Amino acid sequence: MCLGLPGRVVELSDKKCIVDIMGATRQIAADFIKDLKIGDYVLIHAGCAVSKIDEDEAKSTIEIFKELEEVMHE
Amino acid sequence: MSEVITLAHGSGGTLTHELINKIFYKHFQNDLLDSENDAAVFNAEGKMAFTTDSFVITPVFFKGGNIGKISVCGTVNDLASMGAIPKYLSCGFIIEEGLKFSELERIVEAMAETAKKAGVKIVTGDTKVVGKGACDKVFINTAGIGFIPEGRVTGGNMAKPGDKVILTGFMGDHGTSILLEREDMGISADLSSDCAPLNGLVEKIYEVTSNAHVLRDPTRGGVATTLNEIASQSGVDIKLYEEKLPVRDEVQGICDMLGMEPIYMANEGKMLVIVPGDVSEKVLDAIRSHEYGVNAEIIGDVLESKSPRVLLKTYAGGTRVVDMLTGDQLPRIC
Amino acid sequence: MNDFLKDFRNPEISSMLNNELSKYKDRTYRIMELCGTHTMSLFKSGVRDILPGNIKLISGPGCPVCVTPNYYMDNAVKLAMMKDVIVTTFGDLMRVPGNGKSLLEAKTDGADARVVYSPIDSLKVATENPDKKVVFLSVGFETTTPIVALTVKKAREEGINNFLILSGNKTMPAAIELLAMDKDVAIDGFFYPGHVCSVAGTEYARIISKKYGIPGVVAGFEPVDLLYAILELVKLINEGNGEVKNLYGRVVRDEGNLDAYNTMFEVFKPCDTVWRGIGNIPMSGLELREAYEAFDAWKVFDLKQNIDEKINGCICGEILKGLKEPSECPLFAKACTPNKPVGACMVSSEGSCAAHYKYGRNKNV
Repeated sequence: MCLGLPGRVVELSDKKCIVDIMGATRQIAADFIKDLKIGDYVLIHAGCAVSKIDEDEAKSTIEIFKELEEVMHE
Repeated sequence: MSEVITLAHGSGGTLTHELINKIFYKHFQNDLLDSENDAAVFNAEGKMAFTTDSFVITPVFFKGGNIGKISVCGTVNDLASMGAIPKYLSCGFIIEEGLKFSELERIVEAMAETAKKAGVKIVTGDTKVVGKGACDKVFINTAGIGFIPEGRVTGGNMAKPGDKVILTGFMGDHGTSILLEREDMGISADLSSDCAPLNGLVEKIYEVTSNAHVLRDPTRGGVATTLNEIASQSGVDIKLYEEKLPVRDEVQGICDMLGMEPIYMANEGKMLVIVPGDVSEKVLDAIRSHEYGVNAEIIGDVLESKSPRVLLKTYAGGTRVVDMLTGDQLPRIC
Repeated sequence: MNDFLKDFRNPEISSMLNNELSKYKDRTYRIMELCGTHTMSLFKSGVRDILPGNIKLISGPGCPVCVTPNYYMDNAVKLAMMKDVIVTTFGDLMRVPGNGKSLLEAKTDGADARVVYSPIDSLKVATENPDKKVVFLSVGFETTTPIVALTVKKAREEGINNFLILSGNKTMPAAIELLAMDKDVAIDGFFYPGHVCSVAGTEYARIISKKYGIPGVVAGFEPVDLLYAILELVKLINEGNGEVKNLYGRVVRDEGNLDAYNTMFEVFKPCDTVWRGIGNIPMSGLELREAYEAFDAWKVFDLKQNIDEKINGCICGEILKGLKEPSECPLFAKACTPNKPVGACMVSSEGSCAAHYKYGRNKNV
């Protein structure tokens, strides 16, 4: 019960938050995310943002794989 | 003329004639229709293809077209998928009383425009009007006749091991676009139905080969369901490659959000083309040279099989089965 | 984010991770996934297909639809058939039969049941139909429940008094602990549910893993996430420390999402509940607190919660615990199919049996 996917915040106000998911947009509830800014990525589940996506973490995870790849090819 | 269609417009009297003249004859003008007889009469020679389809789509007007456009495209495409050159269409209307004249005119105009684009004539038709609630605004049936040039043989049972499978463009546009309009999911996207007549594109294929094994448009149930049908009819396996499947980002995003898959979403302007491996590249180029085929891709191979099924080689390098759709896809969160 | 998603679907990285995994040939590794979406993703991505044969994936009770008892769906259909009630639901529940018809089947008898993408969409249905009661079928774990809690709070704030929920929500830790302590189940490692952890945090996982000496990983859902998580878990199993690694750091903070978690417990409180196929697990369910009684469909409609009958031949209980495979069930793909599901594991699209049926049934013919 965990279908969730990333969306980019494109509109943000007191009343509403609109995210872009690969070109499609939808209004979602952002009540559970603090300090949200336009341009941030959030994980969306059932019309609600449940987590802010940490892009640095994502990048460093990919770095780990790239390093592993190099080690393997040695 | 009144603003809305009433039961009286279907009763056969002056109002019916007014309806037919001011809407149907006005837009469908051609020599066969203009004879105003009970049937269209024409000479015919050689092998013919004959098909029929009924259209009950809701909403009647949608981004990318309307029920009229799709009623012409659907029948033209069914003829084209037999290698036939579509020639004549009939159309039968069942209209719910209360439908606005202006709406009917929009639908009929779209049919005329699409028919012209496809090079077909609408030569005979019928109109009935039913009471409120007896149908949903308008239902249309079209039947079509086409002529098959010598040497062209296609069929769902003709896919052979060694063939390649081509999809003529992005999958799932129609189904996804209609879903957004029909259900209130609150999702917006720059998406419209891909509804289009494909007989011109099919002729491009025949310019480079006479040996198209299977031509079929993946409508309800999407690419997955249509390929399952073909695999079963031909007694083969069809193996698809995930990275080759052409899908618009928006369609993928919407399907991901709703837990659906583009491979099961309907298409109304795409063709699956199965041809021998040695001609696949030039067939692909020919398709891409046509306006409705610019995003075509070779998406898979036809293989031998003891138990026909459709398989998908995934991004991760694994292989899984792509089953037939059972019932409609429903949005899910699991 | 398209680029990130591409990276996490990268075929070369997947291949590299799988090669690394194949070095661990020494023994069998029994790994239990605890999230229905993981079950689906493992099949759909083809990862299940490429894993070395000594890695055994077992699907646990991670699908909240699968573990919803028959009586819940019977009550849902009963509500939908009432003249002045509209039932709103996730699409997942539409095809689930109870002891009688599913909602989809009941629609042909005139039941008013509508699919919503988000529980919050139910509020619009409620305001557009002020003369009817709108009941949302609230099923889900910690990822979903806070959103329902938010919806109930919004309904109260906006004075939407014709909105109710039929609560069937559950929390995962107690169920996972039950499996961890069951000697028959014999799990070497846990695949913790990534999105549940995004709300609930990772502390509960660390406690369970340490207590029972069963290591775990908090995993994401893309192919690369899945392979990376399996690889790291195999290493942890060999280390033998009962440790938990959070490999989904881009989404999961160790402390979880406190706002979401607290909102959930502001509106709901723990209670005992029956898990279909398993039985009662104490304090693993969630019910509305007294303050929100007016939104509680169980109370307002005076609905009953009955214990399920056992279905002959159905071995869902053993499948949910990972003791048997779907193919070992006498009903699988014969009397029990996604179109006519008999047991819990087939009812939901991500149930173990449903996933095997859709993606794996004809694989090795």
